[in-house]
Amino acid sequence: MAFTAPKETYSGKVYNVTIGTGERAASFGGENVLPFLPFEGTIPNKPLIAYEIQDVPPTDWPENVQKPFSSVSGDPVTWAKFCQDTLKAKAIALRLIGTHPDRENRSPEDAAKTVKDVLSAINVPLIILGSNNAEKDAPVLIAAAEAAKDKNCILGKAQEANYKTIAAAAMANNHKLIAMSELDINLSKQLNILITQMGFDKERLITDPMCSALGYGLEYTYSVMERIRLAALTQNDLTMQPPMLADVGMYVWKIKETQAPESDVPSWGNAEERGIAWEATTAAALLMAGAELLIMRHPKAVEAVGKLIEEL
Amino acid sequence: MALSGVEIFKLLPKTNCKKCGHPTCLAFAMKLAQRQASLDQCPDVSEEAKKILGEASAPPIRSITFGSGDRAVKIGEETVLFRHDKKFVNPCALAVEIKDTLSEGEITKKIEEVLASEIDRVGQKLRVDAIALTNASGDKGKFESAAKLIASKAPNVPVILSTTDPASAEAAVKLFAGKKPIIYGANSGNAEAMANIAKTEKAILGVVANGLDELSTLTEKIKALGVEDMVIDSGAKKAEEMLENNTMIRRAALKKNYKPFGYPVINFAQRDDSLHEALIASVGITKYASIIVVSGIEKWKNLALFTLRQNIYTDPQVPMQVEQKIYKIGEATPDSPLTITTNFSLTYFIVSGEIENSKVPCRLAVMDCEGLSVLTAWAAGKFTASKIATFIKESGIENEVKHRELIIPGYVAILSGSIEDKLEGWKVTVGPREANGLPAFLKARTA
Ligand code: SF4
Repeated sequence: MAFTAPKETYSGKVYNVTIGTGERAASFGGENVLPFLPFEGTIPNKPLIAYEIQDVPPTDWPENVQKPFSSVSGDPVTWAKFCQDTLKAKAIALRLIGTHPDRENRSPEDAAKTVKDVLSAINVPLIILGSNNAEKDAPVLIAAAEAAKDKNCILGKAQEANYKTIAAAAMANNHKLIAMSELDINLSKQLNILITQMGFDKERLITDPMCSALGYGLEYTYSVMERIRLAALTQNDLTMQPPMLADVGMYVWKIKETQAPESDVPSWGNAEERGIAWEATTAAALLMAGAELLIMRHPKAVEAVGKLIEEL
Repeated sequence: MALSGVEIFKLLPKTNCKKCGHPTCLAFAMKLAQRQASLDQCPDVSEEAKKILGEASAPPIRSITFGSGDRAVKIGEETVLFRHDKKFVNPCALAVEIKDTLSEGEITKKIEEVLASEIDRVGQKLRVDAIALTNASGDKGKFESAAKLIASKAPNVPVILSTTDPASAEAAVKLFAGKKPIIYGANSGNAEAMANIAKTEKAILGVVANGLDELSTLTEKIKALGVEDMVIDSGAKKAEEMLENNTMIRRAALKKNYKPFGYPVINFAQRDDSLHEALIASVGITKYASIIVVSGIEKWKNLALFTLRQNIYTDPQVPMQVEQKIYKIGEATPDSPLTITTNFSLTYFIVSGEIENSKVPCRLAVMDCEGLSVLTAWAAGKFTASKIATFIKESGIENEVKHRELIIPGYVAILSGSIEDKLEGWKVTVGPREANGLPAFLKARTA
C-alpha cells in the first residue's frame, strides 16, 4: 500500500491582524491551516510574543521574574524601552494593574498619562490591558484608548460585563480589541457576535478564551483553542476567525510551581529554571493549540519560545 | 475498515451452536461489530475468517505493552486526533537517553536519577518511564556492558536498545529476556536481521526511516517477516518535520485505516539546550508521540513535562474534581479564616492559588458538587444552604477552629442568611465574587 499523505484543505481562514504603525508594525494570524502545518496551506506570519510590563512596580511578581527587570521596572517608560532595545521585544503589553481599586487605585487620567509616555518612548506596537476589574476597566480603557488614538494598539480586555464601552472606545480611536470570555467556545462566539453587532469590524478582534497555566487547567484552554480554530477552518465560522491570545505570564507566575523555593520541595528542582520552564511550556502547548499572540514575562522563557517557533 | 455485523456474520460457521455464549451466530456477529465480544469466544471459526476478522477488528493504532511487571507502560491504541473529541488513551512514555560512551559512574548516576524521578501530582504517580541506551560508541562490547549495568541496577525499568548493528542488538537484548524491551534501529539496511532478532527475543522493534514513504515500505516488509510489535520513527528531528510527520501518521492510521502506520510513534527530542529540549518534547506530547526520548532529566524539566502529559491525557468529558475536604493553606492555626468553594478542580486551583498569594494562612473547605464551578453548582442545586450546612457540621471543623465564621464566595451572597439559619452559632461573611479579589480581602481582615 503506497503512502499518500492525507492532506486537508480548509474552507476558512484566520484574519490577518496588523498592529502598531510604521516600520515596526507587526502582524499575526492570517493562516488557513492548523498550527505549524505549512505543507497544506499558507502561514503568512509567525506567532507574535509581547513582553508584559505594568504601570506600577511589579512587587506582586515572584522574585525570579522580578529580577531580570529590577533596574528598570520602577518606571514603565524605562521598562518599555529596556524590553524594546535590550530584549528586542517585537511588541509590548502594558498592564494597567495599578488602576485596580484593591491596588493603587490609579485614576483613568494617570493611566492615560502612562500610556502616552510609554508610546512616545517606543516604536514597537503596544497592547494596553486593564486591571481585569470589569467596572474600573471601562473608564480606564476609554481614557487609555484616547491617549493612544491612531497608534493602532490593541485594547483589552472587553468582557461580557463591559464590552460596550470598551469596544466603542477602541472603535473611536482606531484600535484593535481583545474579547475575553471564560473557557467556553460558545461564550467566546457569543461575545464576538455581540461586539460585531455594535458595528465593530470582526477583522479587528482578537479572541482571548482565557489562559490557564500548565497544571492549572491548561487542558481547558488548550481544547477551547483547538475547537475555536477548527470551527474557523473547517466550518468557515466567521465569528471564530479572529486570531487568539494566550495571556501566559500573568497566569503562570502566580502558581506554586513558579514560586516555591527548592528548599520547600526538593523533588521539584531549581526554582528559577522551573519557573522559566513553566512559562515556556505553557506557551508552547498553547501555540500547538492555535494561539497567535502571546503575552509573556521572563526573557529566558520568551527566548526559548522564540527558538521553538523558529524550528517550527 | 471495520466490518459490519452482517459482513462478519458471513464469515462465521452459521451453526448457532451457542458455544460463544450468544444465542445465534448473528447475535455474536453484532457484538463483534460493536467490539463488545472477542472472536476467540467462538471455538469453531475458520482460520481464514480469523485472519480477515483479526485484521479488520484490530484497533487502527496497535496497542503495545512496553516493558514488563509494575513499570510496564502501555502505548498506542489512540482513537482521535483532538483531545476534545475523546480522551487520549495511553499517555506517552518519557525515556531518558544514556550513551554507552559514558563512564560506569556516569551511567549509574543517570540510572539512579531515573529510579528517583517519581513525583506525586494530584493523586497520580508520575515518573521517567524508560531508559534509552544508545550505541554512541559504535562498539559492541561497550554497548553490552552498559546494557548489563542497566539490567542489574534498574531491572524493572523498560529499556530501549538503540543501535543499528544487529550483533550488538542481539547481545544486548538477551539481557532483557521476557522484559519486552524495544530494539530501536531497524532501517532499510538491516531490516531482515533486526526483524529476526526481535522475533526470536520477543522484543518490540523500533523502525526508523528517511521520511514517510520509506517508513511505510519498511513496516510492511517487517510485518511480512513476522514482527507484530513495532514503534515507528519517520526520522524527523526538526520540530516542524516531527509535527508534520506525526500528524500525517496519526491521520493516515485513523482516517484511512492505513495499516503500515498503525503503530505508536517514537520521537527523539534531544537538544544541547535543556529548555529547548523540553519545548520540543512538549510538541511531541501534545501532538501524537507515544514515546519521547530526551537527554537530560533535570527535576524542573521532569515536573513540567509530566504535568503537560497529565493535562493533555486528561479525560475531557469528566470535569476534573478534587477531593472533598478541608484543605489547610499556609500555616493555618485554629484562628485562621475558613473559606468555602466547590470541588471543580479549576475553581479549587484558582481559589487556593489566590489564597496562597495573599500569604494569609487559611482553611479552604472544598465541597463535593460533582465538579461544577460555584455558579453552576448553585444553579444546579448542589451548592445550597442546607448542603453547605450539613457539610460543615459533618466535616468536624468545629473541633479544629476556635471561631465560627464561614466566608462564602460573593456569587452566592444570597445564601448567607439561610446558611446562618441552618448552621447554628455560625456567622457567614460574604467574600469577593472573583478569586482574584481574595488577596486584598484576606489581607484587609488581618490588617
Ligand atoms: S460459537 Fe461460533 S458457531 Fe457457535 S453460535 Fe457462536 S458464533 Fe456461531
